[in-house]
Amino acid sequence: MTSLLITNARLIDPSADTDALGWLLVQDGVIADKGHGAAPDVTGSDIIDAGGACLAPGIVDIGVKTCEPGERHKESIRTAGAAAAAGGVTTMVTRPDTDPAIDTPEVLEFVRRRGEQVSPVRVLPMAALTKGRKGREMTEIGFLMDAGAVAFTDCDAVTATTKVLSRAMTYARSLGALIIAHPQDPGLSDGAAVTSGKFASLKGLPAVSPIAERMGLERDLALVEMTGARYHADCLSTAIALPALRQAKARGLDVTAGISIHHLTLNEFDVGDYRTFFKVKPPLRSEDDRKEMVAAVADGSIDVISSFHTPQDEESKRLPYEAAASGAVALETLLPAAMRLYHSGDLSLPQLFRAMALNPADRLGLAQGRLDVGAPADLVLFDPDAPFKLNRGTLRSKSKNTPFDEHLMQGKVLKTIVSGDLVFDRISA
Amino acid sequence: MSFAQRHLLGIEPLSQSDITTILDLADIYAEKERSDAKSSDALRGLTQINMFFENSTRTQASFEIAGKRLGADVMNMAMQTSSVKKGETLIDTALTLNAMHPDLLVVRHPHSGAVDLLAQKVNCAVLNAGDGKHEHPTQALLDALTIRRAKGRLHRLNIAICGDIAHSRVARSNIHLLGKMENRVKLVGPPTLIPSGAADWGVEVYDDMREGLKDSDVVMMLRLQRERMDGGFIPSEREYYHRYGLDAEKLALAKPDAIVMHPGPMNRGVEIDGTIADDINRSVIQEQVEMGVAVRMAAMDLLARNLRAARKPQGVMV
Repeated sequence: MTSLLITNARLIDPSADTDALGWLLVQDGVIADKGHGAAPDVTGSDIIDAGGACLAPGIVDIGVKTCEPGERHKESIRTAGAAAAAGGVTTMVTRPDTDPAIDTPEVLEFVRRRGEQVSPVRVLPMAALTKGRKGREMTEIGFLMDAGAVAFTDCDAVTATTKVLSRAMTYARSLGALIIAHPQDPGLSDGAAVTSGKFASLKGLPAVSPIAERMGLERDLALVEMTGARYHADCLSTAIALPALRQAKARGLDVTAGISIHHLTLNEFDVGDYRTFFKVKPPLRSEDDRKEMVAAVADGSIDVISSFHTPQDEESKRLPYEAAASGAVALETLLPAAMRLYHSGDLSLPQLFRAMALNPADRLGLAQGRLDVGAPADLVLFDPDAPFKLNRGTLRSKSKNTPFDEHLMQGKVLKTIVSGDLVFDRISA
Repeated sequence: MSFAQRHLLGIEPLSQSDITTILDLADIYAEKERSDAKSSDALRGLTQINMFFENSTRTQASFEIAGKRLGADVMNMAMQTSSVKKGETLIDTALTLNAMHPDLLVVRHPHSGAVDLLAQKVNCAVLNAGDGKHEHPTQALLDALTIRRAKGRLHRLNIAICGDIAHSRVARSNIHLLGKMENRVKLVGPPTLIPSGAADWGVEVYDDMREGLKDSDVVMMLRLQRERMDGGFIPSEREYYHRYGLDAEKLALAKPDAIVMHPGPMNRGVEIDGTIADDINRSVIQEQVEMGVAVRMAAMDLLARNLRAARKPQGVMV
């Protein structure tokens, strides 16, 4: 029986909404006991004195792109796994927008197996909702679930044909499958690179109005009402979409929503002089929107914060803004960026870990994401205050397209533990 | 006199004094152009490359003449664009060109920000000859010079910019310039051709042209692209002409001495009535073309001076 005792740690417990000094005992890969005050004397345990650092459930990151299969020059499951471990992400829920798309049980099986072989953290694959993510025919939802698909999504490819989406939702409902969609009116957002407004117009960039997000969400929610499907909006970024979300939740629909860490910490002006590392999808929004979305995380309207880790090589970013690829790497910067919201006083640490660990785990039916006794010992030990200047060259991802390069940040992951095993240790890293 | 810029990428980064410096020098060149002694040797020994990723006849000819009158070795490159790969080509072309040691690079590109991107990769002075819907600084400068010569000043004027503002880099550069010089700027056009957020630019926005033209000193018309005419942004050419075309009746609402401008090429009978365009008492459209050469001579001359000054210390060390 292996056992590990972590003492003198600030336990960040999102289920109890507490942040207090205590200890936690891990035995056989699960959380065996925890408490506040003096630690028990457990003979034969390895002991980690946390020295007052924070111990939280490991991050469950919905929407990581590992670029396998198809684009291994940008990232691999191995390198993404290493980045995740260094970033305190203990579960990567991977995206199917690969080449080919993960739309058959065979391809999904490949990703799952690679994850087990080469990733230090857990890899749970999502599958495409429609074949080739083309929005025409649904995938083998049943077989894919049997093979381990935890959710179904076409990622940023909006299913434009409403009939296709309604059938997929109806079918998915019978299996209890979770559908993750990108709420966006495809016609209105066609060709857009930034959010509409004074900045976009002055820079002469093609823009999309925030209303396109609300239109996409309202359509999807109407279909959820009709079909009874389980639905999660991958990334809401605009205040104007929130009332529809809140009403759907109030009416008891099985609906949740997420947001990327970039939309909570950056705004449209960060694009500045056409800096393509700030090009993400949906585009960065106004400061008013950003503030509203932070408040929506605080009040629980927005359930999940994700990295939306999207590796892009230099060639696809060193282009004119309109032509450049979207997306940013974020596995390693998710936690320090989230600490900005903690240090600004907007969100408490339990609130942040509710959105980064507990809620995503609950939504996917996973036992991790919490410090409860009996839960898997997927943990992150971090110093929320430790300052550093990010040098993108040091990132473990193959691609270095982070918007936070040269930014001053606070928050360092010290140790990451998956199923009781140490998978990252800053001292030896 | 001061002009401390390495490139001319847009009007936005320029100060009032930068603008005045260019216009003052351009005024001198404009007079010289009208004399017999058109040529000088301000750019003697320098290489100017005109790199146009988008078709242009007028602007390219204007830059070419300006360079040649100042004694530069001018080379024109017509670049092909069509695929997504054009961005890669852009960086690669920039690096290739840079290895040939040009001194002045004049660039037009269909993507906003592409000229900025290119300027980061080369050692020479870069002039933006139009990037996407972003800026077209030399057009705004030649418009400013034309206004200053016609009106005797470039401040506290009432200026209406009319037509397709949304897709116009000329409009954006002019809004920056005329705003910096403290004029009252009005944008006039159908709401589908007014960019979102325009009301926050420190300008007034009108969708009724008659109201927008009232008391104007300057009426600046913009070209309406053919592909935007049929049902996409406006219902039809004839409805557009009826509501937003500049005719004698609408022009009568501006000041009696108001001047009429157009960056060209014009669509007669779409955005402007032919007789107004040809009215030598109102239209300064030909003068705009003339000032285009003068302004480009001035801009290249000033950038070349800065370039030579920056290179000087290295020369001393050798």
